Amino acid sequence: MRRRRSIKDNRDESALFRRRALAGFLLIVLGLCGLVGRFFFLQVLHHQEFVTRSQNNRVKPRALPPARGLIYDRNGVVLAENVPAFRLEVVPEQVKHMSAMLARLSRIVPLTRDDLDTFKKQVKQSRRFESIPLKLHLTEDEIDRFAVNRWRFPGVDVVPYLTRRYPLGGLFAHVVGYVGRIDADDLKRLDPVRYQGTSHVGRTGLERSYEDLLHGTPGYELIEVNADGRTQRVLETHPPTPGKNLYLSIDVRLQKAAEKAFDGRPGAAVAIDPRNGQVLAMVSVPTFNPNLFVNGISQVDYNALIDNPDKPLFNRALRGAYPPGSTVKPLLGLGGLVEGFRTPQDTVLSTGVFYLPGHKRGYRDDVRGGVGIVDLVQAIEMSVNTYFYKLAMDMGIDRLSQWMGQFGFGRPTGIDLVGEASGVLPSRAWKAAHSRQPWYPGETVIAGIGQGYWAVTPIQLAHAIATLAGHGVPYAPRLVMATQAGQDAPRKPLPNPPSGPSLIHNAADWDTINKGMEMVIYGAKGTGHGLAAGFPYLIAGKSGTAERFSRTTNAYNNDKNSAYLASRHRAWFVAYAPADHPQIAVAAILEAGAWGAQDAGPIVRKILNAWLAAHGGVIPGAGRIPSSAASAVGIPPIDAVPGATPAAGATGATR
Amino acid sequence: MITTLYVRGRRLLRRVMTRPRIDLPLASGLLLLLAVGLVTLYSAGDGGFSLVGGQAMRFALGGVLLLLASRIPPAVLRSWTPWLYAISTALLVLVALLGEGRGADRWLNLGVMRFQPSELLKLTVPMMVAWYLHPRQLPPRWKDIAMVGLLIAVPAGLIAKQPDLGTALLVIAGGVFALFLSGMAWWRMGLMLAAMVGMIPVGWHFLHQYQRDRVLTLLNPESDPLGNGWHIIQSKIAVGSGGIFGKGWQHSSQSRLDFLPEHTTDFIFAVFSEEFGLLGVVALIALYAFIIGRCLWIAMEARETYSRLLAGAIGMSFFVYVFVNGGMIAGMLPVVGVPLPLISYGGTSAVSLLTGFGVLMSIHAHRKMHD
Repeated sequence: MRRRRSIKDNRDESALFRRRALAGFLLIVLGLCGLVGRFFFLQVLHHQEFVTRSQNNRVKPRALPPARGLIYDRNGVVLAENVPAFRLEVVPEQVKHMSAMLARLSRIVPLTRDDLDTFKKQVKQSRRFESIPLKLHLTEDEIDRFAVNRWRFPGVDVVPYLTRRYPLGGLFAHVVGYVGRIDADDLKRLDPVRYQGTSHVGRTGLERSYEDLLHGTPGYELIEVNADGRTQRVLETHPPTPGKNLYLSIDVRLQKAAEKAFDGRPGAAVAIDPRNGQVLAMVSVPTFNPNLFVNGISQVDYNALIDNPDKPLFNRALRGAYPPGSTVKPLLGLGGLVEGFRTPQDTVLSTGVFYLPGHKRGYRDDVRGGVGIVDLVQAIEMSVNTYFYKLAMDMGIDRLSQWMGQFGFGRPTGIDLVGEASGVLPSRAWKAAHSRQPWYPGETVIAGIGQGYWAVTPIQLAHAIATLAGHGVPYAPRLVMATQAGQDAPRKPLPNPPSGPSLIHNAADWDTINKGMEMVIYGAKGTGHGLAAGFPYLIAGKSGTAERFSRTTNAYNNDKNSAYLASRHRAWFVAYAPADHPQIAVAAILEAGAWGAQDAGPIVRKILNAWLAAHGGVIPGAGRIPSSAASAVGIPPIDAVPGATPAAGATGATR
Repeated sequence: MITTLYVRGRRLLRRVMTRPRIDLPLASGLLLLLAVGLVTLYSAGDGGFSLVGGQAMRFALGGVLLLLASRIPPAVLRSWTPWLYAISTALLVLVALLGEGRGADRWLNLGVMRFQPSELLKLTVPMMVAWYLHPRQLPPRWKDIAMVGLLIAVPAGLIAKQPDLGTALLVIAGGVFALFLSGMAWWRMGLMLAAMVGMIPVGWHFLHQYQRDRVLTLLNPESDPLGNGWHIIQSKIAVGSGGIFGKGWQHSSQSRLDFLPEHTTDFIFAVFSEEFGLLGVVALIALYAFIIGRCLWIAMEARETYSRLLAGAIGMSFFVYVFVNGGMIAGMLPVVGVPLPLISYGGTSAVSLLTGFGVLMSIHAHRKMHD
C-alpha cells in the first residue's frame, strides 16, 4: 500500500477510501453507542434517583448582590455611602405580553428609553425566572401610583435596594467619581455571575478604578417554588461578601479649604505628602453634584453641565494640561547642579534680554533692564529668566528633557485614577512625532522657563514638587491609603514603595535649591514675598505665570490691567513645607490668574493653613520659626501681598 | 470578456435550474429530522408558535439553499473552493477587527441581518482540505499533512479566539475527517494523537477562565450553583427522570418550570430525552446514524477524490454535533456551545447544515454509475 506511485491511481484510492469510510462509520457507531450507553445509565439505571430529584426540584438559586464598599477620608468621614431606595423589578416569565405591559406601565411610572433598552438587554441575558430591574430610584409619588395599580401588573414589583449617595456632593466629585446604572455596554464586559442582581457599576474616579475591590462577591439563597414557579420560602442563605471599604489619604478639611480658596474661579490644586506619595487634597474647580448621575441624570441637568463654559465635568487636576512656566525653574536648576553644568556659585548677568548668538530675536527677562549679576539662589528667588535660558542652552534639549522626564513629566504619574493626561515634555522625539519641523535652538531656550511645547497637569506638577521636596525620591501619587473588609475589620494599608531611585546624590545640591525656594518666600526680592506671613514653619515655594499665547514682538507690554493679564496668563504656585522637613507639597493653578504668586499663592497658603490646623498647629520633626523672627524679616500680612510683587512694567513673564 | 462571462453564467444557471438532483433516502431522513425538530421545539418553547414559525422559516431558507447547492456540479464547486475559503477566512479576520456580539465577537452586522462568518468555515474548511488533497498522491505524507494542518489551524484559531470553542471544534473536525478519509496512515494518526494529548496542559493555559470553569464544573457541578454547574445538574435531572418511555410530549417539567437553562437551544436534547425517554433517544440517534451512513455511502459512490473527501467529511462532522451536544446534556462533556443539529433553535447552524447537505446531493447526482 505504501509503495511509491508515479501517477494517481484512482482505483486504489477509491478502495482506500472505501476502507476508511467503513472504519469511520464503525467508529461513529461506536461513539453513538457510547452515548446511548450514557443515556441508558441515566435513564434506566439511575432513573428512580432522578425522578425523585425531579419531583423535589422545587428549589432555585437566587443571587444576592453584595453591598458596595464605602469610601472614607483619612479620618473616617464618609464620602460615599449606600442608602436604601426602591426600584421596579420585573420577572419576565410571569409577564404574558411584555411590550404591552411596558406600554401600560409607562403611563403610570414614566420609563425612559435607557431604562427600556437596558432592561431588554438584561432580559435576554438572564434566566426567565430572574427578577430584572426596570426603573431605579422611584419617587414616593411613583411608588404610591404603582401601589394602587399593582394588581394590573403581575410579575412587576417594587423592591428595596441600596443606592449610592455622596454626602459631600461636589467636593469629591473629581476624586471619588460616581457610579452609574449598568447599561447594555457594561453587560458585555462584566462577569454575569459576579454582577447578578447588581444594578450599578463605577463610572468615574475611584468608583471606577477600584471597582474590583468595591464591588464584592454576590451570595445566593435557595428558594422553594411551587408548581407555577412562585417563591414559597427561602431554604438556605449564603450571604454575599460586601465590597471592601476604602480609606483615602485626603483630609476633608484640606479638601474643603482648597475648594473654598478658589472661590468658584476655574482652576485646580493638588497636595501630596512627599514622604509616601499620599494625596492630601485634590480639587478641580468648578465641580458638579455626582448624586445626579447615580440613578440617571435628567437631560436638563446634563445640558446645564455640558453648556457651562467653565466645564464642571472636566477634571482639571487630572486632565488639564497647562504650560508650567517658571515653576520648572527649581527642578531645572537642580538638574544643572546634579549633572555638573553649574555650581551654586556660578553667576549670570541679566541685562533684560537674552540673545542666541547670531539671532535677532530676544528672550526677555521680567524686569526691563535686567536684575544684574545673579547666582542660582537669586535666580530662583527673583525668577530670572536669563539664568535658565543659558542653563537650558548649556544642557541642550536632550539632557534637559531626559532630566525633567525623571520628575514624571510627559507621562501619567500612575495615580490610582483612570484617564490621566500625559501632558507634553518638550523633546526632539516629541516634536518629531508631532511636526515636520526640526528642533530649533530657540525652543530649547523657552523650554528652560517652562514655555513652548511644555504642558503639565496639576497632578504631574504636584508629583514633581513632592519628588523634589522628598529629596528626590519619587512616589506614584496615591489616593487610597487603606482598605477594610467589613466595618469592624482593621484597616489594611496599601503599600506604595518608591517608584524609582532618588534623583539626588549630593545633599548640598538639594540645599541650594531649597534655599532658593525659601528665598522666593522670605527674600526681600522674592516673587512670593510675604506669602508666609504668620506661618510658624518654613515654606519653600515658586511662582509661575505661564503665557497662554506666544508673543509676536520683542516689545514689553505696558498694559497692567489685571483683567487683561488674567485673560492672557495662567497663575501657578507650588510650595512645600516645612522646608527643613517637608511633609506636604502643593501645586495650584488658577486658569485666569494674572500673576502666579499674587493669585495662586494665597490658594496654596490657605491649603497649608488648613493642613497646619488639621495637625493642631504642631508639625512633628520640623523647626518652628519664632514669631518675633518672622516679623523681624519685615514680612507684611498676607493681604498686603500685591505690593510685594515686582510687577511694574513687566508682562509676558514667567515669574 | 463580459459576454463570455454572461453566457457561461446563463449556462450554469440553466443547469442549476433544470435538473433535480435529490437523493431520496437522505432527503427523507432529513425531512423526518426537521419534523422531529419542530415538534420538540414546540414543546420546549412552551407551546408557542412564534419559535416554531421562526425556525420553520429558517428551514425553508436552508431548503432553498440546499436545492441551489445541489445543482452546482462538484467540479465547479471545486474550482471555486480556494476563493470560497479565502473569502470566508477574510470575513473571520474582519470580524476579529470590527465584530460585535455579546461577550464574544462572532457577528458581522450587515445592516439588514447579523451574520456569523464562522458558520461558513464549517463548509469551506473541509472543501479546502479536499481541494488540496484532490490532485495529490494519497495517502498523504507529512508534507501534505502539515499543509492541511495549516489550512485548518488558521481559521480554527481565529474562531477559537472569538471565543467560540464549539464552532472551532466543528471546523477542526471537518478538516480532520477529510484527512482521515484520504487514508492518512494509522501510525501517523496515532503519533499526532499522542502529540495532542501531550499538548493538553499547554492548551489549558490558553483557555479563557470561563472555559476552564466549564471543564472544572463538570467534575464537581455542585460547586457552582449560579453558573454552569446548575446547567449540568438540571440537564442530568431532566434526562434521568425521562426514564425508558419518557414523560410524554409537552410534559417536561424541568423545561416547563424553567429549571433547564437554554432549553430551546443548546439544551433542547434534554427536553427531548425527558419527554420521549430512552426509546426516543435511541430512535433519534438511529436517525442521525442513518443520515451519517447515507452520507458516507454517497461519498463512496462519488467519482473523484474531491467529492469523496468532501461528502465523507460533511457526514462525519455531523456526528461531532450529535456526540458533543449529547455528551454535554448527559453530563459527560463540558458545556460547549454546540447545538443539536437541525433540532436546536437558532438559524445560522441549521442553514449552513442544510447547505452542506445540498453539496452532498450534488455529489450524489454526479456519482459514478457503475463500479
